[in-house]
Amino acid sequence: MPSVAIFPAAASTNAHSVDQLLLFLVVVCGSVGLLVAFLLIYFSIKYRRRPGQVAPPPETHSSHKLEWSWTIAPAFVFVVMFIWGAHVYIDAYHAPDDSTVIYGIGKQWMWKFQHPEGQREIDALHVPVGGSVRLLLTSEDVIHSFFVPAFRIHMDVLPQRFTSLWFQASKPGEYHLFCSQYCGTGHASMIGTVVALEPADYRRWLQSSAEGSLALQGRKVFLKYRCISCHSANENARAPVLEGLYNQPVPLRDGRTVIADENYIRESILNPAAKVVAGYDPIMPTFQGVISAEDLMAVIEFIRTLKPNETPPRVESFPPPVNPPDGDPQKLPFGAVPDTDNSKSDNTNAGNSKSNNIEHPR
Amino acid sequence: MSTEILESQIAEAPAVVQPETYLNFTSGILSWLLTKDHKRIGILYLVSVTVMFFIGGFAISVARLNLMTPEGSLIPADTYNRLFTLHGVIMVFFFLVPVVPAALGNFVLPLMIGAKDLALPRINLLSWYLYIIGACWTLYAMIAGGIDTGWTFYTPYSSQASHYDIVPTMIGVVIAGFSSLFTGLNFVVTVHWMRAPGLTWFRLPIFVWTLYATSIIFLLAVPVLAMALILVVVERVTHIGIFDPALGGDPLLFQHLFWFYSHPAVYIMILPGMGIVSEIIPCFARKKLYGYTFVAYSSMGIAALAFLVWAHHMFVAGISVYAALVFSSLSFLVAVPSAIKVFNWTATLYKGSISFATPMLFALGFVALFTIGGLTGLFLATLGMDIHVHDTYFVIAHFHFIMVGGMVMAYMGGLHYWWPKMTGRMYSQWWSRMSALIIFFGFFLTFLPQFVLGYNGMPRRYHSYPPEFQVWNVLSTAGASILAVGYVLPLGYLLLSLRYGKRAGPNPWRATGLEWQTPSPPPKDNFEETPIVVRDPYQYHLEKAQNEL
Amino acid sequence: MSSDDTLLKADERHMLDHSILVRHRLEEQYENLEHQYHAATTAMWVFLATEVMFFGAIFLALAVYHHMYTDAFEKGSEKLEWIIGGTNTIVLLLSSFTIVLAVHYSKLGANKQTAWFLATTAALGLLFLVFKGIEYYLDYKEFLIPGWRFNPQEWVDKEHLSPDQVPHVQLFLVFYWVMTLIHALHVTLGIVAVLIVMTLAFRRHFSPVYYTPVEVLALYWHFVDIVWIFLLPMLYLQGTHTHIGF
Repeated sequence: MPSVAIFPAAASTNAHSVDQLLLFLVVVCGSVGLLVAFLLIYFSIKYRRRPGQVAPPPETHSSHKLEWSWTIAPAFVFVVMFIWGAHVYIDAYHAPDDSTVIYGIGKQWMWKFQHPEGQREIDALHVPVGGSVRLLLTSEDVIHSFFVPAFRIHMDVLPQRFTSLWFQASKPGEYHLFCSQYCGTGHASMIGTVVALEPADYRRWLQSSAEGSLALQGRKVFLKYRCISCHSANENARAPVLEGLYNQPVPLRDGRTVIADENYIRESILNPAAKVVAGYDPIMPTFQGVISAEDLMAVIEFIRTLKPNETPPRVESFPPPVNPPDGDPQKLPFGAVPDTDNSKSDNTNAGNSKSNNIEHPR
Repeated sequence: MSTEILESQIAEAPAVVQPETYLNFTSGILSWLLTKDHKRIGILYLVSVTVMFFIGGFAISVARLNLMTPEGSLIPADTYNRLFTLHGVIMVFFFLVPVVPAALGNFVLPLMIGAKDLALPRINLLSWYLYIIGACWTLYAMIAGGIDTGWTFYTPYSSQASHYDIVPTMIGVVIAGFSSLFTGLNFVVTVHWMRAPGLTWFRLPIFVWTLYATSIIFLLAVPVLAMALILVVVERVTHIGIFDPALGGDPLLFQHLFWFYSHPAVYIMILPGMGIVSEIIPCFARKKLYGYTFVAYSSMGIAALAFLVWAHHMFVAGISVYAALVFSSLSFLVAVPSAIKVFNWTATLYKGSISFATPMLFALGFVALFTIGGLTGLFLATLGMDIHVHDTYFVIAHFHFIMVGGMVMAYMGGLHYWWPKMTGRMYSQWWSRMSALIIFFGFFLTFLPQFVLGYNGMPRRYHSYPPEFQVWNVLSTAGASILAVGYVLPLGYLLLSLRYGKRAGPNPWRATGLEWQTPSPPPKDNFEETPIVVRDPYQYHLEKAQNEL
Repeated sequence: MSSDDTLLKADERHMLDHSILVRHRLEEQYENLEHQYHAATTAMWVFLATEVMFFGAIFLALAVYHHMYTDAFEKGSEKLEWIIGGTNTIVLLLSSFTIVLAVHYSKLGANKQTAWFLATTAALGLLFLVFKGIEYYLDYKEFLIPGWRFNPQEWVDKEHLSPDQVPHVQLFLVFYWVMTLIHALHVTLGIVAVLIVMTLAFRRHFSPVYYTPVEVLALYWHFVDIVWIFLLPMLYLQGTHTHIGF
């Protein structure tokens, strides 16, 4: 006999605030609904037509006072609902600054996740109890929606851009992860599991399946695609310095200013001409169709976490090419093999405290 | 309530030989297919939407049966997806939107305002043909080819990913859209220019007000949907990314355009239902409608606000927090006029002399179910709640309470209310009251469990589901089977009434309103002479108001 | 019949109302011709409101994407035949003028002049379509048909757009084609309607008390012209057109 869903498990901080809101709404709306139902039934019985009654009932005049009062009274109740609801909503989408960032990809019909420590999961997501987790979500094909009922949280997952949400699991356990935006034949089987683990278990889990930090993988990607030949730490290079860029305002050539969030970084890799930084030429080739979704996540994570003095050193001994690179990054002049880095790379890792904690098992 | 009381409520009609009516002044199939008479076109619509209703209903019955088991073992996922899409497209675009305006409204609007016909009878016939072409085309496309996007057609799934016949379906929907657009155009002109002498704006029955408000929504919203769907068609044909982000398009733009139509479309569906109820309740409570001007203005208020709330369908779609705040607050605003109406209907009952003939049962059912639908709408307008229940069965239950509990109940009420006017015959009171009760309770059993399912997190459009949801789904399916009986019953007793029903006479409900001042069925030109209106509507407290105006 | 009070005195009008001519023109659901006139013009105005929403939706989409992809859209716009577009604007404005004259003469009951001005209007409409056809042919020659006859490499080489911007040029061209084709469809329907009303005028159908079809038709025709007035800057004049040389 399968269990019966009566009330969903509440396993995140957000779940508790949504449940309180539910309680409030049920009480308020329920009493209004009961009042209307009571009046309907009461009037129907009290004023039912009796046999032999021929004369029409006397006219009742509408009272404007009454009309206005039941126009304005609901409006006041609505204001309370609106404010409370807005409060919960803003909380649910405004992540604390110290959240762990996990990348998620929706794809017909599976969920893929990448942890900052480098673990990859399919249709499962391990999170620590008590730690706030911020998910950066994107889709490889159509629109999906990330929905964990036990966390009372929901976010559409769109292709070609990041949407984000956060939660803090409050109770260990396994919870359903649904896709709630219709996405094709396998929509109903696009179900994953969110596993909330006690911090100690979570650390154990991390270590058992670590592959090296996501930022570290991103660093390799950064070097593999020769990003370093322009985006060096040199202020006078042909491309902007990326250190400490994340979430900073960036002045653009056309006079606008944008915040360098995930979506901006992503767009600048796939569609570099869209928002060119002031003082630079639009010479960067597009990486649309060149870089895989996973590599893209990794390199974004690398740029996102890049702190001052962490840019890998350029290892070419010759000056940078004068001509702008053509569209294919594979044809760029090749220097020393970047993956076998010099000693400075250790410093880079030291900057990334999370990856430093992980022993690489392989 | 025994049958005798009921019989006494229905004024006896003298059994005379029926004079020439709109039904018999000419005969032959062509006299119907080429008619310009609004009453005949209304009947044509009535038949067409009924066919569509049962097709759409059959589709969801199969899908609902499939949800009896968690594995969804009855039909494959693709079939399930096509069935719920068929259900949504048919029910929204080909049943709920046209049913009351085009079928009932077409028939009674000119009668209610004392006109000979609608202002543009040829355009009216054109509307029906557009509807039929659109309906046949869409049905063929969806059954022969199939479409699995859901009635919301979200891009880029619809524009790039789906392998089904999206293009012909969308063309069919656009054609049907123009049908309702022309109906709206006709109604606006008619209400402006065809009112009988003395029938000022604030003497109009509320049903006319709501049809007018509905027409305005038709006129301003349908073209936007048409353009959005045309752009999706262009994208599918040319593979240029108008809405596909991989090619530079913006999928949210489609959602904005789509909901700019489809949210007001919800009010297209519910406003005429509110109008019907505002006719029925005063008649069977023998009371003036409480707060007539408030109800009239709230109809126009709903029509205006309907255009400002579309993005509340997109709270979790990645729109900015500020947009969400604005649209949430506006959504609460649109709930105010709806609340006004519920309170006024209830207050109309106060100190009345209430009888419970079939139309009244449907109308009371409407008020109860619409209230629940409206109140749960507040849950969805509340941002913090929507982030949990969005796209779950909670939403399904909510809008079925509005659309089916509200609109279909009101439509059934209106159909039973005006049926004697349309056909000149009474139907079986016992069977029709049974049907009203069966629909009411079947409805509750079908959709109340879905609120629980939704809060527990069962997403919509799922062909299979985790086993803990099974109990609620079985309950819902059981309710649906009861509901189905309730909907099939009227088909029987209404058709039988055409032959065996008692003659109704001009005014069986002793109602005020111009449509009851002419014989049933009405003559071809509606009124023997143009009526002159000297009173406000719903003057039930004046005994003689029932016999003259 | 609002504006022709000077033409007929009240009793003359009353007489006309009861003439056979009037009864033939009056549809049975209306009281008199004036009633019919008001209903018909209201219907057309309301219909034009829906047309505004119809075009409004696509103008909005165009504006959104123009904001997002300004460079590509302006590059695409530069390639359009602005001279033909401009000429066509003049053609349509002229046709609006001639249809106004047709309305004027129909109010006077001058059926012959009405018919000839309607014929001129239809001819100008046709001229518009011919120019549009030539323009479409030139677009075809210049590989400006997105998704079918389009050369992405050319935009990279000659217009110095980056490869990721080329789809945006196609996006612009899709808007150009969809909007101008829908507009051309409106013009075509307008021409058909003008020709029908013209035939009626040749048959001496109109009189000072009955010219409703001409008036309603003119409303529609003006609207189609106004749409073009918006299309011209939104599509043709976005680009800088610096290559023209002035």
